[in-house]
Amino acid sequence: MVDTTTRRSPLAGQAPALAGLPISARELPFLTQLNLRADPDGPAAASIGRALGGTLPVVPSTASRFGEVDVLWLGPDEWLLLAPSGQEEALAATVRRAIGEADGAVTDVSAQRTAVALTGPRVREVLARGCSIDLHPKAAPAGSCVQTLLAQTGVTILVRDETSSDFLLLVRSSFAEYFAAWLIDACAELGE
Amino acid sequence: MLLIPCPWCGPRDETEFHYGGQAHVAYPGNPAALSDEEWARYLFFRDNPKGAFAERWNHSAGCRRWFNAVRDTADNEIRAVYRTGEPRPVTA
Repeated sequence: MVDTTTRRSPLAGQAPALAGLPISARELPFLTQLNLRADPDGPAAASIGRALGGTLPVVPSTASRFGEVDVLWLGPDEWLLLAPSGQEEALAATVRRAIGEADGAVTDVSAQRTAVALTGPRVREVLARGCSIDLHPKAAPAGSCVQTLLAQTGVTILVRDETSSDFLLLVRSSFAEYFAAWLIDACAELGE
Repeated sequence: MLLIPCPWCGPRDETEFHYGGQAHVAYPGNPAALSDEEWARYLFFRDNPKGAFAERWNHSAGCRRWFNAVRDTADNEIRAVYRTGEPRPVTA
């Protein structure tokens, strides 16, 4: 029988076009993404923080990194756990154990978004063409994480390292092709 | 475009927000006891002041939380923002 369930990432077809850009844009396909809801002051949040090895970020528009798990602040009682591919079940089990009988919810949303790593000194210049957020290193240091509109599509931008211009951008899978097309167009104006 | 200060995320473009109409419109305690006229008044009748107006906004492209803002309808200045459940602040 033919295997018809081969996984194909949302930007698989755009990889050659993205490779030719003057900035480095590379899709990180199939990352583990878990949506986490819990009262930030409740026992579940504290317990999850301990299980991950720190405390969940409570300052709006920030993210924390515990080992290879990024915890992104999405709302006052909502976080996104980002981990390497294939850890969905293990990470969800860890978080569920930490929640125990307390109030909290963890949902696998790995297919909802795809991630694009953007690096290079001109990334800010490119993003500024479609995004009104100030990404200057002073305004957005490493660990900043903003949810905003980029060229009318909802994105989450995580600043990994402000000095070397290292960004991780999360975009809905269904908008990924549109985002890639916009990025290629925005880079065209940069020239050489 | 308005620059709306989300109580969680800070100032953001108006396009990131969704408008929710007048704030502090309480759901009737006993809807079944209302006459048609009172029910219509609850559903459809809203204030339309020239000046400070408390209204609901949702930061739909950001943290997706509802909050309240006092906007001056004459000059579109946002006088105050506050989280849901908090009383309306006194504004000039």
